[in-house]
Amino acid sequence: MSNTSKQSGSLRRYILTRIALAVPMVLILLILVFVMMRVAPGDPISASQGGKLNAAELAARRKAAGFDAPLYQQFWDYLKSVVTLNFGTTFSDRRSVRDIIIENGGATLTLTAGALVFATVIGIPVGLLAGRYRDRPVDVVARLASTVSYAAPVFVTAPLLMLAFGSTSGQASPLIQLNVPTQTHILILDAALDGDWDAVGDIAQHLLLPSIALGLLIVGVFIRMIRINLIQSLQGDYIEAARARGVRERHVVARHGFRNALVPVVTVLGLQVAMLLGGAVLTEKIFNWPGIGRQLIDYINQRDYVAVQGIVTVFALVVVVISLLIDFVNALIDPRVRY
Amino acid sequence: MATTTLPTGPIEPTVSASASRFGGLRRIVSAIREAHGVPKFMLWTGAVISALFVITALFAPLIAPYSFDTYKAHGHNFPKQGSPDGDHWFGTTVQSLDVLSRTIYGARTALEVMVLAVIFSLILGVLLGLLAGYFGGWLDRILVLVMDALFAFPYLLLAIVAGFVFSGISGGGVVTAALSITVVYIPQYFRVVRASALSAREATFVEAARAMGAKPSVVIRKYLFGNVIQSVPVITTMNAADAIGTLAGLGFLGLGIQPTEAAEWGYDLDRAIDDVNAGMWWTCLYPGLAMVIAILGFTLLGEGLNDVLNPTMRRRRIRKVLLPAHTARRTVTAPAQPDVPEGEAVK
Repeated sequence: MSNTSKQSGSLRRYILTRIALAVPMVLILLILVFVMMRVAPGDPISASQGGKLNAAELAARRKAAGFDAPLYQQFWDYLKSVVTLNFGTTFSDRRSVRDIIIENGGATLTLTAGALVFATVIGIPVGLLAGRYRDRPVDVVARLASTVSYAAPVFVTAPLLMLAFGSTSGQASPLIQLNVPTQTHILILDAALDGDWDAVGDIAQHLLLPSIALGLLIVGVFIRMIRINLIQSLQGDYIEAARARGVRERHVVARHGFRNALVPVVTVLGLQVAMLLGGAVLTEKIFNWPGIGRQLIDYINQRDYVAVQGIVTVFALVVVVISLLIDFVNALIDPRVRY
Repeated sequence: MATTTLPTGPIEPTVSASASRFGGLRRIVSAIREAHGVPKFMLWTGAVISALFVITALFAPLIAPYSFDTYKAHGHNFPKQGSPDGDHWFGTTVQSLDVLSRTIYGARTALEVMVLAVIFSLILGVLLGLLAGYFGGWLDRILVLVMDALFAFPYLLLAIVAGFVFSGISGGGVVTAALSITVVYIPQYFRVVRASALSAREATFVEAARAMGAKPSVVIRKYLFGNVIQSVPVITTMNAADAIGTLAGLGFLGLGIQPTEAAEWGYDLDRAIDDVNAGMWWTCLYPGLAMVIAILGFTLLGEGLNDVLNPTMRRRRIRKVLLPAHTARRTVTAPAQPDVPEGEAVK
């Protein structure tokens, strides 16, 4: 009994320490984003409104938005906006960045989830097969495929997928007009909650190609990681011990090898989220997917600094939070991490 | 030090030049000579593809039938969105440009940006890593924090933000694109170099050098550099591969090189998306294929190097030992005379 309470205590201590360590990380990230945005020439107002307003009006707008304040004041305001999860209001269309995240976040979430599902369903079995039959034809083919999938950017695979399956997947046809009440801002969930299964099917059909295109980006990493994990875990002493006890080879590999090879997948998943977010920007542009990434590109093209700063800040926070979560899960699974 | 651009025997010349300082490099070369099996295959396939890419890039004006921005020849304009035929093997784009020429010139742009980005990040990353690893203290702590923050950031997003910032400052040229990509890769060199500098700092020979009164700059140059540089070739080739993709990503989003300055695969692919919706395949297939092959070449080279150089991945050539046949001994009548002498190793 005392043992378990001690364990949970160490877990709590680990989590608290980890959160405390994340604070300077977030601060550094915020400083980086802030500095980068200030290094860019000109101020947001003249960048977005330069041609439209005269000098006096520009100065007035600049003052109203606080861009004539000293830098430390601006940074303080920025920090306040982050802490209150407000992130400011865009210049070009006066949307609050929080609204952008809420309204378009669902689409990005759906897309990345679809990509993760694809990568897991394909990556884990292939990786296990390749590791089990190391240096055999299966392994060589799997390694080549994973290298190719890693080498092919989304904007190469996506057009090719569209050419190959565009007509059969229903990608080309526009989304049917949806008349479902907005509850979660996740389109497919809203449709399901409304009981409109035709709409769910239509959305799923449109989700298929983008998910595959984005999933292909990370499936190679999955295959490679699981393959190496399996190879290393098959060299462990406990495998030798199991064989010595006369456990059948099939069971040795399945029960002792596979299970241990899959533990690090959690970490890989977490690391890939950052990659997925970057890839999502490209995928959303290609498939006209109404996510945050496409919004970011639109605002970049309009040189809307506040919107770019806000969205990038949110992305940075998401990455930090996810890496925290991954560490917690790892600490739960693997007691060695806690000490 | 763009080792990646010298595909055949990438590092040998440096070794013969100053073998004493580059002892680490000599170890790399001997490891490459020992390569066999799948790693050897990957290493050499990668080297050949990379070499082809570099040659195409260097001699683009000689290889390509037209320039990247030529839209007419012999007095009449090229067809608009013409499908591949005898005049234009890869077809033409919506701007009446020859796809084959643009694909070939794209290699040139990619090589320029790649080499610049690798050199920039190599210099900055190795320098900062050596300084942080050797001196430690507050400098080390701050650098580690900043680099970790940069590393945690989604790399494409970082390049996008950097591209957004730099293109505002200096316009969309090759150097701007290379700088945007550099920001992404510095942390990788920094981490690896700092880690090996940290461990090398405690080594006895470094302690001895310090005891004899060697200045920090001498220790870093003479003793740490050679040890640390071993871990760099793999990252360099991997980054070279990544840089091609990142550049194209920036171009695809309209943040890369201005289309008037050079042919760039990412920009071409962006323009090709509309063609795809209209069922045209040639404007996206060829630049896309060229890019994938180039990235693949450097990735294979990097992976092959990793398999060869990384001791935990290396597999020694195992010779099969053929034991004398059992049956020959069991016969009592004949004197035991194994056909193969015991202990002889047969491959």
